[in-house]
Amino acid sequence: MALFQTLKTAAGVWNPLLWLIALAVAIGIGLYIRSRGRADSRQGPAREPFISGNPEPENAGAHIPATNLYWGFTEALKGWYQKLLPIHTGVLTDYVAWFLGVMALTFIIALAG
Amino acid sequence: MQTFLISHLPALLVALPLLCGFLMPVIGRAGPRVRNGWVLLGGALTAITGLLLAIQVLRFGPVTYVFGAAHTTQTLAENPAAAFPIRIMFEIDALGALMIINTTLATLAVIIYSVAAEAKQSGLDMFYALFYLLIAGVYGMVATGDLFNFFVFLEITSLAGAALVAYRIDRGVAVEAGLKYALLSTLAALAVLTAIGILFGQYNALNIAALASRLQFTPLDKVALCLLIVPLAMKCGAVPMHFWTPDVYTTAPSSVTAFLVISSQASLYGLFRVLFSLYGAMLSWATFGWFLIILGVLSAFIGVTMAIPQKDVKRLMAYHAVSQTGYMLLAVGVGLAVLGNASALAKFGRAAIAGGLFHIINYASCKGLLFLTAGAIFLRTGTRNLNRLGALGHAMPVTMVLFMIAALAIAGIPPFNGFASKLMIYQSVFHFSPLLAIVAMIVSILTLASFVKVFQALFMGPRRPEFANVREVPRPMLIGMSVLAAYIVIAGIFPQFFVTRMIAPAVNALLDRAGYIATILGGI
Repeated sequence: MALFQTLKTAAGVWNPLLWLIALAVAIGIGLYIRSRGRADSRQGPAREPFISGNPEPENAGAHIPATNLYWGFTEALKGWYQKLLPIHTGVLTDYVAWFLGVMALTFIIALAG
Repeated sequence: MQTFLISHLPALLVALPLLCGFLMPVIGRAGPRVRNGWVLLGGALTAITGLLLAIQVLRFGPVTYVFGAAHTTQTLAENPAAAFPIRIMFEIDALGALMIINTTLATLAVIIYSVAAEAKQSGLDMFYALFYLLIAGVYGMVATGDLFNFFVFLEITSLAGAALVAYRIDRGVAVEAGLKYALLSTLAALAVLTAIGILFGQYNALNIAALASRLQFTPLDKVALCLLIVPLAMKCGAVPMHFWTPDVYTTAPSSVTAFLVISSQASLYGLFRVLFSLYGAMLSWATFGWFLIILGVLSAFIGVTMAIPQKDVKRLMAYHAVSQTGYMLLAVGVGLAVLGNASALAKFGRAAIAGGLFHIINYASCKGLLFLTAGAIFLRTGTRNLNRLGALGHAMPVTMVLFMIAALAIAGIPPFNGFASKLMIYQSVFHFSPLLAIVAMIVSILTLASFVKVFQALFMGPRRPEFANVREVPRPMLIGMSVLAAYIVIAGIFPQFFVTRMIAPAVNALLDRAGYIATILGGI
């Protein structure tokens, strides 16, 4: 049937239905392994979260704000961001300048080519 | 009657939303229920018209429509006496049909959503009048076969878009964003109009097919080319002319933002149409292919890296919009770059263009859904600040699932539609340049990384007292969002069905410049 055809890409194929079947099998295996586990594993002290020996914070303090989540990423790429962020001035005349600059460059490319 | 309606579908495609918009202030006087009914009826009729027309084109070939002619299908070829240059003529081929389907899907989802999302706002009569003007403008841009009409519809979308962005004047930033959008759009439109003037002055024609058949590629034509492609690249948000996108997408109401994405894609369509159908064989393919590729890579990488540090959820999504536009420019640029090499075109060029065009509709659905979910969250919490939001998964589980579908799809995770189009882009671009394919994959990884952050910031964590009264958004909003989610899942599970029926004909239409000209001029 046309609906279930395999997608042909430039160098391979992709069939989401086969992928979904494989995923379902993997989930099934996972659930089977889980069902073989000890029923009493969720009782007692093992149930408490272990945060390197620190006490569990209150709900309000347990949420990690978005800024903290990728602090390491932005810190590692500080050099890139130091160049990139100042370009985004929010000033309309700068936007026009970029537009005119690209236009001028394209003129040169088109007329020279 | 049925035949009459079908024969006039191209006219109805623009006339219906215009009628719906212009009658809105009158019908709105009858009360909000009647107005909402009119909004939904207009949306449904417009969507049905769009779908019927697209199906007609995909099944039976290009459709032409001449406004004001005794016989609306009478093209320049059939009546040489009528071959005067100024004539409103629509030419809808498979590429146009793809864009119409894209617009229709968004129209349907956004209209259903906005009826509930905007219910408590004032000034809705004019809001919807402008909204339908925007819809008519986008349909016109992707349906017209005339360059001056294209300019007119571009202006309609720009003015309606700017007015909608600035519509909530109680927010100063909205007015500022609207002003920026209006000024840059005017600048772009002026450049396009100048290009049209240059071409008309030389060839006494405004019809794209007629112009394409007469083009000599003089230095003036090259100037006109620049005046066409640079503004259109800016309107679709390509780096380094993307600065307006975060400002505008962030402050506009979310239903407007979701449709502004479609408006930007109509400019992308215009860019491809100019490069392939209008100039086509005249161009230095490698030069302009690389022009698109460089814009694409810059947009993809700078867009995604700018998204990561954002704290405003819609601003983050706006930078992602820039990034995803980069994929389309990159893929179609690769196809353009190898246009003169038959074996490369057959081996990977067509697949690259197919991936790029498939990503247009996939991206529109994912990004549209993401903006709508952001609007749902803003409606309930009153903030877009990711640092202040959290734990909404408890109160808004359906919105959370819809967000997950869109985020996974746009990050290229199987089995959603974004994976299928991105896979086509990776593999075809890899044949052209492995380095470009690697950059594209890194961008996808970063996209996933930033959406993990957004998901965690919005939905995860224990319940928070400040959001104790938050509840799920009204059902019409969920239905509107579900329309897009349904497409994301269906196109993800059955990608080849969509590629065979919609994308491959669109690729053929884009590459077949002679066919585009012959549809109007009959083999002249």
